[in-house]
Amino acid sequence: MALHRLSFRLRQTVAQVRPLHGSGCGQQQEAVGMELETRPETLSIFRTQENDPACQSEQHLGQYYTVPPSHFHTVFPHGLPPRYQQQVKTFNEGCVMVRQPALELISHLKRADYSKPTMRYLLYGVKGSGKTMSLCHTVHYCSTQGWLVLHIPDAHLWVKNCKELLPSSYHASRFDQPIQASNWLRNFRTTNEHFLSKIKLRQRYVWTKRESTEEGRPLGELVDMGVSRVKSSSDVVGAVLKELRLQAGGTEGGFRLAVAVDGVNGLWGRTTLKKEDKSPVAPEELTLVHNLRKMINNDWCGGAVIATLSQTGSLYAPSSAYLPQELLGEEGFDSMDPFVPVPVSLYSEKEFESCYLYYLDRHWLQHPHSRTEEGKKELIFLSNRNPSVLERLCAFL
Amino acid sequence: MAASSGRTVGSFLWKCGNFCFNFNTVSSNLTRQVLSRQLCVSAVFHRKNLAAAGPEKFSEEFIKKQVEEFNIGKRHLANMMGEDPETFTQGDIDRSIAYLFPSGLFDNKAKPLMKHPDEVFPKQRAVQWGADGRPFHFLFYTGKQSYYSLMHDTFTKALAVEKHQDRLRGKGLFTQDAKQISLVGSRWLLKEELEELLVETISDHDYARFIQLMERLLSLPYCSAEEDFVQRYRRQLEIQSSKQQVQPLQYDQHGVAYSTGDGRRKTATGTVLLRDSGSGSISINGTNYVHYFPVLQDREQLMFPLHFMGVLGRFDMQCSVSGGGHSSQAGALRLAISRAMLSFLSEGQVETMRQAGLLTPDPRIKERKKPGQEGARRKFTWKKR
Repeated sequence: MALHRLSFRLRQTVAQVRPLHGSGCGQQQEAVGMELETRPETLSIFRTQENDPACQSEQHLGQYYTVPPSHFHTVFPHGLPPRYQQQVKTFNEGCVMVRQPALELISHLKRADYSKPTMRYLLYGVKGSGKTMSLCHTVHYCSTQGWLVLHIPDAHLWVKNCKELLPSSYHASRFDQPIQASNWLRNFRTTNEHFLSKIKLRQRYVWTKRESTEEGRPLGELVDMGVSRVKSSSDVVGAVLKELRLQAGGTEGGFRLAVAVDGVNGLWGRTTLKKEDKSPVAPEELTLVHNLRKMINNDWCGGAVIATLSQTGSLYAPSSAYLPQELLGEEGFDSMDPFVPVPVSLYSEKEFESCYLYYLDRHWLQHPHSRTEEGKKELIFLSNRNPSVLERLCAFL
Repeated sequence: MAASSGRTVGSFLWKCGNFCFNFNTVSSNLTRQVLSRQLCVSAVFHRKNLAAAGPEKFSEEFIKKQVEEFNIGKRHLANMMGEDPETFTQGDIDRSIAYLFPSGLFDNKAKPLMKHPDEVFPKQRAVQWGADGRPFHFLFYTGKQSYYSLMHDTFTKALAVEKHQDRLRGKGLFTQDAKQISLVGSRWLLKEELEELLVETISDHDYARFIQLMERLLSLPYCSAEEDFVQRYRRQLEIQSSKQQVQPLQYDQHGVAYSTGDGRRKTATGTVLLRDSGSGSISINGTNYVHYFPVLQDREQLMFPLHFMGVLGRFDMQCSVSGGGHSSQAGALRLAISRAMLSFLSEGQVETMRQAGLLTPDPRIKERKKPGQEGARRKFTWKKR
C-alpha cells in the first residue's frame, strides 16, 4: 500500500522535475512512455527508494529517503527539530538525508556486542550541522529493528523554564517536575505501545498510602498511572528507567534498549531554576536529571546510548563552543567517558547538491534566479553549506 | 608677526586702480585686477553674496599694510624654522603654524591660520563714484557695470578677430585650418564663479548670453589670438577618480597569488588577505564567517564584490576586523575585499567596480549631538505649557 502510494508520488514528481532540468518554462504534458524512460535517471540523483535504514549503505550517501507516514507519528512524536516538523507538514512527506554520521552510527549498532556494558555514542558538531537529524535517523533505525526507544527530545527542557517545582516525596532534597515528566511519559507511551504490555515489573512500587503497583504488572499500567497522576510522574519516570535498565539485557524476552538523548550537555551544566529562597538548583537535585544520569552510566548491558551535544539550548555556554570537552564540562566528560565520538560536519558538495535539488523538486525555491548556476553559488556562499542556515535562507526564496 | 586673526575688514585695490589708470583702459584693468584676487573654486559655493555685502569695510591702505605685514611675518617665520625665506611656500607656512600652535580642535576653520590677506579678506566692491558723486565707470547706470563691460570687451575682441580674418582674406592667406584653441579637459566658469569674479550678481539669462558670446568667439577660425582671454574664463576639470593604487600581485612560496586590502567604515577597520586558491572559504578573526556574521545582511555585504565580478568560489580569504558594530565591520570588510581584488582585475573591470561604488569609502559618520536637543535631530518633547 505504501509502496503503491510512493510510486504514484514519484510519477508526479517526475512530471514536475523534468521541465526544470529542461528549458524551465511551464509544465509540459509529455507522453507517459517518455516519463518512464527518464524516471530512473532524474530520481536517482537525490532520492533513493531504500526506505529501510537497515539496508542503507554508502551508495545512498547524500540521497533522501522517505520515512513512511505510518511510522512517522509513532516513532517521532517529540523528537524532531521544530523547523523540520514544519517542513514535513508543508511538503506532505518526511524526507531525511542519508549522511555519513548516521550511517557510521548504524553500522556500529549493527556490529556491537550486546552482552558487554553499553556503548555510548556522542554526536557533536557546529551549530546547525545536522546532529539532531542524525539522531532521529538512528532512532528510526532502532525502531524498525524492534528496539525499545527511550527518546529524550531535549534534556535542556528539563533544566530550564520550569514553572512548577515540587519537592520530591521520595527523596527530601530533590525536586520534581510534574509537567515535563508527564509529557514525556505520554510520548513514551506513543512510541513504544507494543512493549508496554510485554514487560512486567520486577518490584513493587508504593506511591502513596493507598496507591501502589504490584510486582508482575505490565509496564503499561505504570506508565498510565504516571500520566494520570501528575504529582508522582517524576518518580514514575525513575521507576520506568530502572525497570528498563534491569530488563534490557535479559535473556528471556530480551529486548534492546536505545537511549537517545538530545542535548546531553544539559545534564551536567547549571540550571536556571531557583528554589523558594532564590538559591540556584543544581542539576543533581532534579529527580528527572538524576535518574537520567543513572541511565547514561554504562553499568547495564543490552543496548546503546546515543547522545548529541547542543549549544543552542544550552545554558551559560558560549556560542562558539561545540566540542565535547567544552560543552560537557569536567563532570560531564568524566561521566560520559569512555564514549565513541561521532563528528557531524557541514554538507559536502554532493550533499549540498542533493539538498538543492530536493528543494527545487518540492518547488520550495520559487525565485527564478535560484535555479541558475550563479544563484547556486550565491547560496553556497551565503550559507557556507551549513544545513540549518541553508534551510532558513531558502525559506524566503 | 602677522598671524592674521582675520575678522577685520579692509578696502580694495579698486580705488587705487581707479586713481592710477585712465578711463579708456579702466575696464580691462579692472578685470585684470579683479582676476588677480581669485579664490579657489570649492569656496565658491560657501561664500555669501559678495555684491550684496554693501560698501567696502576694509580700506585700501589697511589691506596693503596687511600684505606687507604678511610678507615680513613670512620671512620671520622662515627664519624661526631655519628655512630659506626666499623659497618659503604657503605649504611650509601651514606646516610651521601647525607645529608652533598645535590645536586640539576638530574644526579646521577654528585652527590658527596664516594666509595671504587676499585669501582671508573677502573681495568687495569699492565705491564707484567720486567725491562729486559722478560714477567712474561709463556703464555704471546699467546696474551691472562689470558684466556689461565684460560683454563689450568680448565683442570687441570678436570684431577684432573678424577684421583680422578679412584682412587675411584680402591678402589671400585665409585658411580654414588655423590653429584652434584646445578646449579638452576644461569647462566654462560656472555662474557662481563668474559672479565671484565680477563681484556682481548676474541672472541666469545673463550668464547664458555670456557663454553664447564666448562660443561665438570660439567659432571664428582665427580665435587663437585671443586664447589667453578665453582661458581666463575656463577651468580645468578635476582628474576623474583619484586613481586607485593598484598593487601588483604578490606570490607566496607555493606560487599562489595573493593580495591584501584594508577598508574602514564608521569606526571599524578591516584587513583582508585574498588568496587565489580556488576554495571559497572565509575566516574572520579566526572564526568562520557564518559564525561571525549570523545576520544574512552582513554576509551579503561580503558577497557583493565577489558576486559582482563573478568570482564567487575562487578566492580564499583571511580577514581581521575590529571596532564598530557588525554592520560597519561588514562594510569595512567589503571595501577591503574590493581593494584587494583590484590586483586581480583588468582596467575595465576596475572602472566598473568604481562605478558600482565598491571602491568608494562611505563617508557617513555619527552626527554630533547638539545642545538643546536630545540627539542629533531629535528635539525634546514639545510641551504646550
